[in-house]
Amino acid sequence: MMKKALATAIVMSTAISGLAAAEGTLEAVKARGVLHCGVTSGVPGFSVPDEQGNWKGLDVDVCRSVAAATLGDATKVKYIPLTAKERFTALQSGEIDVLSRVTTWTQTRDTQLGLNFTGVTYYDGQGFLVKKDLGLTSVKELDGATVCVQSGTTTELNLSDYFRANGITFTPVVFDTNEQAASSFDTGRCDSFTTDLSQAYGLRTRMSDPDAVVALPEVISKEPLGPVVRQGDDQWFNIVKWSLFAMLNAEELGVTSANADEMKSSENPNIKRLLGVDGPKGKGLDIADDWSYQIIKQVGNYAESFDRNVGKDSALKIDRGINALWNQGGFQYAPPMR
Amino acid sequence: MSEDTPKADKPGSSRAPSSETRFWNDPAKRALIFQALLIGIIGFFLFSIVSNTLNNLETRGITTGFGFLTDEAGFSIPLSLIDYTAADSYGRTFIVGLLNTILVSVLGIIAATLLGFVMGVARLSDNWMIAKLSTIYIEIFRNIPLLLQMFFWYFAVLRSLPSPRQSIEFLGSFLNVRGLSVPRPVAEEGLGMVFWAFVVAIVLSLILVRWAHRRQDATGQIFPSGWASTGLILGLPLLTFVIMGAPLSLDAPQLRGFNFTGGMTLMPELVALWLALTIYTSTFIAETVRGGILAVPKGQLEAASALGLPKTRTLRLIVIPQAMRVIIPPLTSQYLNLTKNSSLATAIGYPDLVSVFAGTTLNQTGQAIEVISMTMAVYLTLSLLTSLFMNWYNKRMALVER
Repeated sequence: MMKKALATAIVMSTAISGLAAAEGTLEAVKARGVLHCGVTSGVPGFSVPDEQGNWKGLDVDVCRSVAAATLGDATKVKYIPLTAKERFTALQSGEIDVLSRVTTWTQTRDTQLGLNFTGVTYYDGQGFLVKKDLGLTSVKELDGATVCVQSGTTTELNLSDYFRANGITFTPVVFDTNEQAASSFDTGRCDSFTTDLSQAYGLRTRMSDPDAVVALPEVISKEPLGPVVRQGDDQWFNIVKWSLFAMLNAEELGVTSANADEMKSSENPNIKRLLGVDGPKGKGLDIADDWSYQIIKQVGNYAESFDRNVGKDSALKIDRGINALWNQGGFQYAPPMR
Repeated sequence: MSEDTPKADKPGSSRAPSSETRFWNDPAKRALIFQALLIGIIGFFLFSIVSNTLNNLETRGITTGFGFLTDEAGFSIPLSLIDYTAADSYGRTFIVGLLNTILVSVLGIIAATLLGFVMGVARLSDNWMIAKLSTIYIEIFRNIPLLLQMFFWYFAVLRSLPSPRQSIEFLGSFLNVRGLSVPRPVAEEGLGMVFWAFVVAIVLSLILVRWAHRRQDATGQIFPSGWASTGLILGLPLLTFVIMGAPLSLDAPQLRGFNFTGGMTLMPELVALWLALTIYTSTFIAETVRGGILAVPKGQLEAASALGLPKTRTLRLIVIPQAMRVIIPPLTSQYLNLTKNSSLATAIGYPDLVSVFAGTTLNQTGQAIEVISMTMAVYLTLSLLTSLFMNWYNKRMALVER
């Protein structure tokens, strides 16, 4: 009995000390053969399962491209739906390898949580949805209103900041998930629902009467959304970062999932380097030389992903706007692959 | 094991200073060694957990410490018993959440106890209808998970109320999907006197009850002290209130803009949580009460009726005091359960400790270990305090054997 307890104690304490020496994320993913990716529990356009149960969305494509780059197969992803409150702890504790869950890049999150943002997949801003029949034209007319919001988000803070700065009062009703907040607004618990505009449009499509709901013109914050990885694993950080850059460069160079194969024989040195025919290939990243080709072939370039998930080919029909490439009037800009 | 030891040193053999009994064969010493060893192992185990956690947090660049408690929170909370604005600190969000948890727990405990006692007694009623209705109530609500009941009250019942503009109006109050808005009493000059009249009435009735007891002991005559003190406690403040010229005004809720302003608003999240906790826990209390009453020997009742005690006095003087001895310990567990179950509040957006502090504050600061430890410590403390109080009460109610 005593011996057993002692043995258990020793085993447990060694197991705990073992955690200190964490292996690299890339080795862990390769050994496991599947990428663990943290996503939302359902935001249309960003990460939501379709009728067949396959996850679709802009955030999901980040997971797929990382899986294509590291494992050579975009389908080898296990999606782990997380609430806003759970997401950082799940990443810190190693439950997931990448967090791709409409997460706003802020100083606190980047510097104090032991996490790193790898880039921006979508430049967003916070807006307000209201019922059309109220006849509102500005957020400033929401004095005294009840506002539904999701807990543990930058949205919750921006909301307080904005109303405080403008000297107007409001009552928040805080829910665990954005779907709950949206449905509570839909059933009349709140006068307004606030979240990042992209998500607001997505969730509006699920409301009982989407046409009776409008967005107020103000965009009250900057919400650069991007993938997040654990701090201190630079190799993995680089892989996730360059997976996005590969998709952006592919759009810039006109390489799509459809023409990737024929583009391999292109004479353009930039395209050659992009597709891993030439140039740095997978050397510094320690992954297969054709990693970027696999991403483009299996997931597509940034424009393809944007259009089918949130853009013109989707139900959301969001304009490229500031998410266009830098040479087309937007902010999306990837460093060259050479 | 310990029985083997005496066999080791043969009976009758001399216990010379150079004793054959080795110290590890002495049960008392051996027990000491084992206990010291066990404490050492547990201590080492705890130490490694803490030091490893701290090490890991540091190597991963995660901020630690309790400094965040003084930082500005920056988010709003819909219900607070103390003054709170978004400009207050994270430490204050802890207090706000804690008070909201205590609020719903206390409300729930009071209501569940009353409802539970009524239902428990009703189940034993001679009236077939009342007994069966009570049985149905208990069996339904005891066997549906609490979270589902909360969803039922919140999403199915309270969500179907009308919008603020179509509020149901009664007695100057308004009921709608945003909650119940009632007039708020505003104190005016002279209300203090009413309060003092109330205090005086309580003191007077205590004296009255004492006097009645003494008179009963001496003469055997019964004085209706219950009715008299009720009249005193209600009547004296009321009389003062009228004499002072009704020093109380009402701040009526009014629909202005989006919502009702003025008055007091009872938020639907609190109501749903309170209803669910009360109804769920009351069924368990009812069963406890029924068990307690059934545990009183039948002879006691027969003895009471032989003495000619009326039914109400039998219940009050014979049954309940004896039943309470059986009821209190399991009742304590139910109170503890209710307090802990209140943490499900986060599922329906009631701003309790778990929702505010272990939810928003945790996420905004990212300091999971500190926040969760503090939250766990709160529930532990609340539970221990409840248990301490109930143990004291139990001791008071226990049968004093002479």
